[in-house]
Amino acid sequence: MCVAIPARVNSIQGEQAEVGIGGITRTVSLQLTPEAKVGDYVIVHTGYAINVLDQQEGEETLRLIEAIARTA
Amino acid sequence: MKYVSEFRDSALAKGLIAQVCRLSSTPARFMEFCGGHTVTIFRYGIRQVLPQTVTMVSGPGCPVCVTANKDLDKTIALAHFPDVILATFGDMLRIPGSHSSLQQAKAEGADVRMVYSAMDALNIARENPEKHVIFVGIGFETTAPTIAASVLQAAKEGLDNYYILSLHKLSPPVVKALLDSGEVNLDGFICPGHVSTVTGSQAWEFISRDYGIPCVVSGFEPLDVLHSISMLVSQVETKRAEVEIAYRRGVQPEGNPTALRLMREVFAPCPADWRGMGEIPASGLKLREAYLEFDAETAFDIDSGPTRETEGCLCGQILRGVATPQDCPLFGKACTPEEPVGPCMVSSEGSCSAYYRYGGEHA
Repeated sequence: MCVAIPARVNSIQGEQAEVGIGGITRTVSLQLTPEAKVGDYVIVHTGYAINVLDQQEGEETLRLIEAIARTA
Repeated sequence: MKYVSEFRDSALAKGLIAQVCRLSSTPARFMEFCGGHTVTIFRYGIRQVLPQTVTMVSGPGCPVCVTANKDLDKTIALAHFPDVILATFGDMLRIPGSHSSLQQAKAEGADVRMVYSAMDALNIARENPEKHVIFVGIGFETTAPTIAASVLQAAKEGLDNYYILSLHKLSPPVVKALLDSGEVNLDGFICPGHVSTVTGSQAWEFISRDYGIPCVVSGFEPLDVLHSISMLVSQVETKRAEVEIAYRRGVQPEGNPTALRLMREVFAPCPADWRGMGEIPASGLKLREAYLEFDAETAFDIDSGPTRETEGCLCGQILRGVATPQDCPLFGKACTPEEPVGPCMVSSEGSCSAYYRYGGEHA
């Protein structure tokens, strides 16, 4: 029910955005994420972007996991 | 970064599993609250690769599963009102209430439409000004802001034929009720990722502070869940109880302030009935007075009759984490995904459905 998937913001018109999800284009609402910009990845839940994904944090988490995997 | 494939890397998964096995010496029971995590754990066979010391318990984080029969009966009664279009997320259609389901109501002639988004329900209202369009508001904090946004949009446009049946549930109060019941002993808690996207990790501070239980907010890819389990094991072994975030790319401690503001603008907390747990104070959401014109329960005189519980169905206990699907005499026999008896078998995120689809005979 709380399923949400990452999607790239391709264009913005007012409070709506065209986003790309694995090759498919969808219109989503940016009412909950007015800060989203073209090129950002957002988390889409039931047609609404509920947050902008933080690329730096994503890369940092992967580095952390890689470090754990190396030492384990 | 595509945010998906990177977090499914099998070599890194093996490294995380090795880490969990190396670190874990104390037996520990961890609950994953969210049905989405239950699905990840089963789909990727995570239970099978964990050491004997780590036990995973599924929690009540499936909104359609925890919806009480009384509330399901209300949605079915509303669907039968004249000139009503009942719009709902697909998960709700096949959930059996006391005597019927929305799917059955549709077969009997009610205008029940499956939608993907509250925006779709708004569109139906715009396109059918002569009909009353009722959207079944169901879901946790992840979904409630989207429905709040649709109410604000309807108010802005002056739509007077759009209504919400607010069956929303709040997650921290049910976790508190579970912990207070003393029924389920937990050593760690995997906090729901997308609820936390909205609420922030701060919503879970009470678990570590008041109950001394470690918490980790997790994403939904297999590496996310394994990483979260390794963080929980590390807290258990070093005798810490903190709220940590393993899903930093999507969750901040303070959450999404815009989503929280919209949700609080439209909805106020109220008591709610939970399947298997009864009424829990301040665990639901009702429309605030300023938005009562959008409230289906105010606009329609709903008489759904007496409720009835299905005999033998253990969904209530399973949702509390005190029984597993295999404990249920109906599981896999009278109750299957094709012919479901209880909601946990209907919803793709329900524990019974996950056990049935991915668990096999040996789960």
